[in-house]
Amino acid sequence: MREFLDMGGYAAFVWPSYAVTLAVVVLNIVWARSSLARSRAAARRRLAAAGADA
Amino acid sequence: MSWTWFHRLASPPHIYRLAQRLTPWFAWPAGALILAALYGGLVLAPPDYQQGDGFRIIYMHAPSAWMSLMVYTTMAVAAAVALIWRMKVAHAVAASCAPIGASFTIAALVTGSLWGEPMWGTWWEWDPRLTSELILLFLYLGYMGLRGAIEDPQRADRTSAVLAVVGIVNVPIIHYSVTWWNSLHQAPSVMRLGKPTLSTPMLVPLLMMMLGFTLFFVAVLLVRLRGEILVRERSASWIREVLST
Repeated sequence: MREFLDMGGYAAFVWPSYAVTLAVVVLNIVWARSSLARSRAAARRRLAAAGADA
Repeated sequence: MSWTWFHRLASPPHIYRLAQRLTPWFAWPAGALILAALYGGLVLAPPDYQQGDGFRIIYMHAPSAWMSLMVYTTMAVAAAVALIWRMKVAHAVAASCAPIGASFTIAALVTGSLWGEPMWGTWWEWDPRLTSELILLFLYLGYMGLRGAIEDPQRADRTSAVLAVVGIVNVPIIHYSVTWWNSLHQAPSVMRLGKPTLSTPMLVPLLMMMLGFTLFFVAVLLVRLRGEILVRERSASWIREVLST
């Protein structure tokens, strides 16, 4: 296990590169979901406003 | 020949529902492939004879770099289709691509820097490959900034689409930079004519990661696309329907 974590002496370069890339993957999920939720909320507000006018 | 299938395919409600239905079919295989490729790349693949375990950065760096170019190409093609055929849905696709592509371009640049320091002895060099990839990031950021700066959504769509289409010239420059100029960066080992130069146990996790990232891109694109379609549809009756679910 220690040997694995040490990455042949390249731990300081290998692990940050995995951390950064996988963080980008996870953030893409979070950002996409929140962007869709924002658009849905905005569309709901527009519908409500249009309904009030009618 | 009837064109109704085309109009149906490109109609916002159809695309919205299709995107919703298709998302899990891309998301779950993407997750499975990425996990399997992580195990293959970190555990099963043997260390490189020159770079030791440091070469394992390739499993993050190359797929991120692939994403940066593939997503940009998708964005530029969607923008061109939107400009030529005045397709609102294609504008929505292009707009959805930008933040995904920008984030993976950052991952490619950061992991490249983390690979450059131990192997070349420098975090950054104004080398053709590195510089053109940085320009790609600026194209993505410029595209997003331009969209944000224009109030009218239709004008934002059209103006940013022109930038996306013009910027495509940078994509072959990035790809061929290591062949055309004397670059610090190594030549392609997978995206080349003829056989890849990596050995099979090293290559298989890399191809799985690239496929996993590609499917992941489609899944994230489909989620973002739904939001972008909603933004572009004003007071359509089907919106009430999709919002209730």
